Amino acid sequence: MQLNNEHKLQTRIRALTDVAATGLAVLSTVLVVAPLVAIFVYLVYRGASSLNLDFFTQIPKPVGESGGGMANAIVGSGVLLGLASLIGVPLGIGGGIYLAEFGRGTKLANAVRFTADVLNGVPSIVMGMAVLAMVVHPEGHFSAFSGGVALGIMMIPTVCRTSEEMLLMVPNAVREAALALGVPNWRSVLAITVRTASPGIITGCMLAFARVAGETAPLIFTAFGNSNWSTSLNEPIAALPLQIYVYAISPYDDWHRLAWAGALVLIVLIVLAVSLVRYVTSRGVLKGAS
Amino acid sequence: MGVGIEVTTLNAWYGTNHTLQDINLHIPANHATALIGPSGCGKSTFVRCINRMHETNPIARVTGSVRIGDLDIYADAKPVEIRRRVGMVFQRPNPFPTMSIYDNVAAGLKLNGYRNRQVLDEIVEKSLKNSALWDEVKDDLKKKSGASLSGGQQQRLCIARALAVDPEVLLMDEPASALDPVSTSKIEDLIFQLKSQYTIVIVTHNMQQAARVAEKTGFFLNGRMVEFDSTHKIFTNPSDKRTEDYITGRFG
Repeated sequence: MQLNNEHKLQTRIRALTDVAATGLAVLSTVLVVAPLVAIFVYLVYRGASSLNLDFFTQIPKPVGESGGGMANAIVGSGVLLGLASLIGVPLGIGGGIYLAEFGRGTKLANAVRFTADVLNGVPSIVMGMAVLAMVVHPEGHFSAFSGGVALGIMMIPTVCRTSEEMLLMVPNAVREAALALGVPNWRSVLAITVRTASPGIITGCMLAFARVAGETAPLIFTAFGNSNWSTSLNEPIAALPLQIYVYAISPYDDWHRLAWAGALVLIVLIVLAVSLVRYVTSRGVLKGAS
Repeated sequence: MGVGIEVTTLNAWYGTNHTLQDINLHIPANHATALIGPSGCGKSTFVRCINRMHETNPIARVTGSVRIGDLDIYADAKPVEIRRRVGMVFQRPNPFPTMSIYDNVAAGLKLNGYRNRQVLDEIVEKSLKNSALWDEVKDDLKKKSGASLSGGQQQRLCIARALAVDPEVLLMDEPASALDPVSTSKIEDLIFQLKSQYTIVIVTHNMQQAARVAEKTGFFLNGRMVEFDSTHKIFTNPSDKRTEDYITGRFG
């Protein structure tokens, strides 16, 4: 009987350990999600009341007049992020493909990887200054183009390193299968390896996109902001984070409310953009595909 | 139709590791030839030298000559051309996970630029019938991923994929070692049918399997080919003591 009691005790200890471990995991999850939920709820609380049709259709009103919206900043952010993605996504994925498929173990690849990691750690304000010196000064004026370049460069390291990681996760057996069919290496890389890794690569692109969508510092000396309508790449352009920044540090209550509304819209737009890309890219996935 | 393979003083290395030493061998056309031997004896390296997959490893090196039919594969042709003539089936089923069943079979043709839909349809059907998979998948060809099939089905899919490019030689590197007995016997039946049209080289750890499917058998040990003869002779009356020790289970 004593053996039996000992067995019972052990079983109870195991059950308790299980409950404790599960509890810890749940607690950590809650702690991770809580700030995001809190921020979102607070944004809705402070910003939702200032949202109306005008916010999405009007440009900012001059100081002293009430009302107005951020239509130009929403479109401006779209232009900047579109240009940034055009620069950051192809260069980042191309670099990732080089690192994972062609340059494995070479000195150049190690140098590229190191550079990408350092670039990832460069403060965004420094990126703004660098583009100020490299693009804005030679051109002689602030522009949407320079803002897009700054954001695009910031996207490259994230896209590059996640693409590399995702490509390395593709089993070698899949590469060999393609080569053994007489498919040239470059074609096997593009049609098989990259395609197999594409869900992960897309996640990397979305991460980079969402990160730069909220960047303010690199735009201060580049896109500069614009209180009027402009979609030209050669003119200063408005952007949501810039507009939020300007409004938030202003002394006017009316502008503060608009800043809250702008922050809410920025977050919702990022979520929408990421969801849209996920939806579009998941439509072609087959039953049972891994 | 299959063609014979003539191997002359073939040597292969991985880095400084001399994995194949002076292999001389004639593999007859339209027969199945089995290669047996303990793990690490060089069988897999040997078949990978026949389609020049060995050299896809950056530290690998090879010397000697391999003739497939009239073609000296290390002198007269590029690796991609060889690999279109020599199909390969790997130990673990490796379908392309993002592709449909249809696209998996058509992959070799499509990725080499072949676009004629009608002909592709015919080839896919014929290849899947040849690999005895057609009846099980014909309703889901474009709906299901190749990765959604069972292990045995995946391996037959890989065989269909290799057959679709119409090779002359089919290399099989332990094609059934990751499969259950039922799937294994299906693959063996398949090899039996296919060898009238293709020259088949099969690496196996399973000596009964070699005895069942192959007319000729070669025994590899420590990077050398110890003995090559008719399967019957190898398993009943081998000339070399080491072969006898291996097949009677004294080592390996």
